[in-house]
Amino acid sequence: MMQNKSTEIIVGMFVAVGIAALFMLAMKVSNLGEYADEAGYQVTAEFQNIGGLKVRAPVTMAGVRVGRVADISLDPTSYNAEVTIDMYSQYDNIPLDTAASIYTAGLLGEQYIGLEAGAEEEFLQSGDVIYLTQPALVLEQVIGQFLYSKAEGE
Amino acid sequence: MINLIRSLGRWGLSAFERLGRGHIFLMHMLAGIPGLFLRFSLVVQQLFSVGVLSLLIILISGLFVGMVLGLQGYNTLVDFGAEESLGVLVSLSLVRELGPVVSALLFAGRAGSALTAEIGLMKSTEQLSGMEMMAVDPIRRIIAPRFLAGLISMPILAAIFSAVGIIGAFLVGHGLLGVDDGAFWSQMQAKTDFYDDIMNGVIKSVVFGFVVTWIALFEGYDATPTSEGVGRATTRTVVHSAFAILGLDFVLTALMFGDE
Repeated sequence: MMQNKSTEIIVGMFVAVGIAALFMLAMKVSNLGEYADEAGYQVTAEFQNIGGLKVRAPVTMAGVRVGRVADISLDPTSYNAEVTIDMYSQYDNIPLDTAASIYTAGLLGEQYIGLEAGAEEEFLQSGDVIYLTQPALVLEQVIGQFLYSKAEGE
Repeated sequence: MINLIRSLGRWGLSAFERLGRGHIFLMHMLAGIPGLFLRFSLVVQQLFSVGVLSLLIILISGLFVGMVLGLQGYNTLVDFGAEESLGVLVSLSLVRELGPVVSALLFAGRAGSALTAEIGLMKSTEQLSGMEMMAVDPIRRIIAPRFLAGLISMPILAAIFSAVGIIGAFLVGHGLLGVDDGAFWSQMQAKTDFYDDIMNGVIKSVVFGFVVTWIALFEGYDATPTSEGVGRATTRTVVHSAFAILGLDFVLTALMFGDE
């Protein structure tokens, strides 16, 4: 009987260690901790071209992460990309006339949205639209323009 | 020539026969599981011998696999000036692939072979037929608790393997090679998704646990009741489990991550 009891205790500890490992994977390794933050608000922004922007890409302001891309779709009338952004709830004082641009982290890194604060007194709220946007820099276009101007100069 | 065809046919028939027996065995085993919840102490006993006793090998291998990943990943990434991505590299490779697969291979070697040998020996010493004589269904009393224990232990062991591996990689990456610890964890968190990566890894390990335990128990139950037969069955358990794990891993990976 004693033997049986200690077996049960050890098995219980084994299961507890397993759950602790899964918990560590969830909280420390994955982005599950972020989901808890999701009770923020959603804003949309329309871009002419989003380049390689992906869902879940970071949204930063002055380099600080303030949200993430929730959804990307094509506007059927303007043929622009409509990007929905999940903003974290603690950043609720971002001016209404904030500008959004798409940047690339490093030369070959992933693309993210950078926000630049405006001067408006009112703040962005759920459902608002960011009007001032700047499309992604597509490397091929830049190289093409460069070659074109170079050829013109000669 | 006729003999060749005849032996080929015999081989094919016996292969199908084993396949059929294996699946009938599986059905019996699954039918025995609901009754186990009334006698859960049987499962706890098996959780100890299947799960807890495999813990040491999982812990040590996980730590070393993680440390090697940290070292190798660093050496490659440092050429591109991207050593901060070490965390992502380690966490994705462990959580998606190495955690479930390597721990399932170790599980097959450690627990699977032990299960086959145990059941095979029970059969060869006629303990199983003795139970049948006493109107105790050996599949319900002996096999089903072990199956359920294997099914429960495998995801736990895989999660422990991944967690310990990531800690090992952190020790090497941060402690030995000087990767910034903030970047290590934050990049890992940014790129590892709970549902897409970790939950899929858990699903993989459940599938592997199912298959490995099934193979091990069936090989033991189906073993020729001699000492040589038990030995051969044990070898087959390890070999077949390894095939099944690696083959299924490809299929599962294609299903889970194929559309990215």
